[in-house]
Amino acid sequence: MEINVARLIGIVIASVFVNNYVFSRFLGLCSFIGISKKLEVAIGMGISMTFVVTMSSIITWPVYHFILVKYHLEYLNIITFILIIACFVQLVEIFVCKFNQALYKALGIYLPLITCNCVVLFVTLLNTQNETSFLESIVQGFSAGVGYALALILITSIRERLELAPIPKNLKGVPIAFMIAGLMAFAFLGFSGLTLE
Amino acid sequence: MNNRNDCFKKCLLEGICSNNPIFSLMLGLCPTLAVTVTALNGVTIGVAGIFVLLGSNVIISLIKGFIAPQVRIPCFVLIIAAFVTITKLILQAYMPLLYAKLGLFVDIMVVNCIILGRAEAFACKKNVIPSIADALGMGIGFTLACVLIGSIREILGSGAWFGIKVTGAGFNPAIAMILPPGAFLTIGVLMALLNNLNEIKKRRSKLI
Repeated sequence: MEINVARLIGIVIASVFVNNYVFSRFLGLCSFIGISKKLEVAIGMGISMTFVVTMSSIITWPVYHFILVKYHLEYLNIITFILIIACFVQLVEIFVCKFNQALYKALGIYLPLITCNCVVLFVTLLNTQNETSFLESIVQGFSAGVGYALALILITSIRERLELAPIPKNLKGVPIAFMIAGLMAFAFLGFSGLTLE
Repeated sequence: MNNRNDCFKKCLLEGICSNNPIFSLMLGLCPTLAVTVTALNGVTIGVAGIFVLLGSNVIISLIKGFIAPQVRIPCFVLIIAAFVTITKLILQAYMPLLYAKLGLFVDIMVVNCIILGRAEAFACKKNVIPSIADALGMGIGFTLACVLIGSIREILGSGAWFGIKVTGAGFNPAIAMILPPGAFLTIGVLMALLNNLNEIKKRRSKLI
């Protein structure tokens, strides 16, 4: 099997910077606004997200290509994928609870919430739509997680400082977070001039 | 009978105004921001949302007695996924152009927190009729929010509303509004305005 390294790097840069999953595709916004208050939690969430997205791209690819395509059941992809993701997140939760109590306590309810994060489902569906190869799917999943983590950590660091800033009362909390996300999206638009071969 | 009608109306109005899923519960933000480049897109995603909400709320409130509480979330997700697949196939068959525009965002509705949230908070505890009212109210509230954001972005970003030119020749559209940053700024400003309105209302009720 031939491995095209340049193409893989292209995928990473495209999905972390050019088409960042949060700032240009608007995915995972609920958790992006909901948990961007404390930096440690944001980092934990970013890491576990990256792990779950990567693993679910690894699991869904063979299921789609060897089961669904073989029996002409492509239209069932949403149902199959969401089941796989839900089961996998449950499994991760049990493992983390059993082997690392400290991490389990730190992540708390955010771990099961990953099932409901649109990034995970979107990446798996994108992989089937674009008919990427197995390796490309893994890279796509991993870089989606990294892009999400980057966005989450950036906005959390800004919001931690905003707590002390004098802001008009009506803008406090979520409205100002959205406006900052808007300004950051402007910054990320700057990457859109990048063309990757 | 009258009492039941009142309850229906109350559930319906709550979803549209005081418990609006976008502006006060802050659920289901992703499709709201991603597809609302034009007002028409907002209507489409809203109607699709109403359909899925209605279907899943009715089914879940009918079978709530048979599901063991430990496995309820996977069951809900499966039911929702089935309805989303139906919506997607209908859109693909009858409105291929619109489906091409919305793309994967219809599929993503499975993990939309509004739908799962209503199933968990409302439909699995109440009977069918209130669940229908709740689904309609939440769905209409979601649609209105999508259309509002879509209209603002379309008018400012391309000078049109539902594809019809509404601004004069001197108007220079701000392209940023139809790009991603515009969505974030629009919803931020709208939320701040709503906060302000609530504040004024509170102050008034105190004076009285």
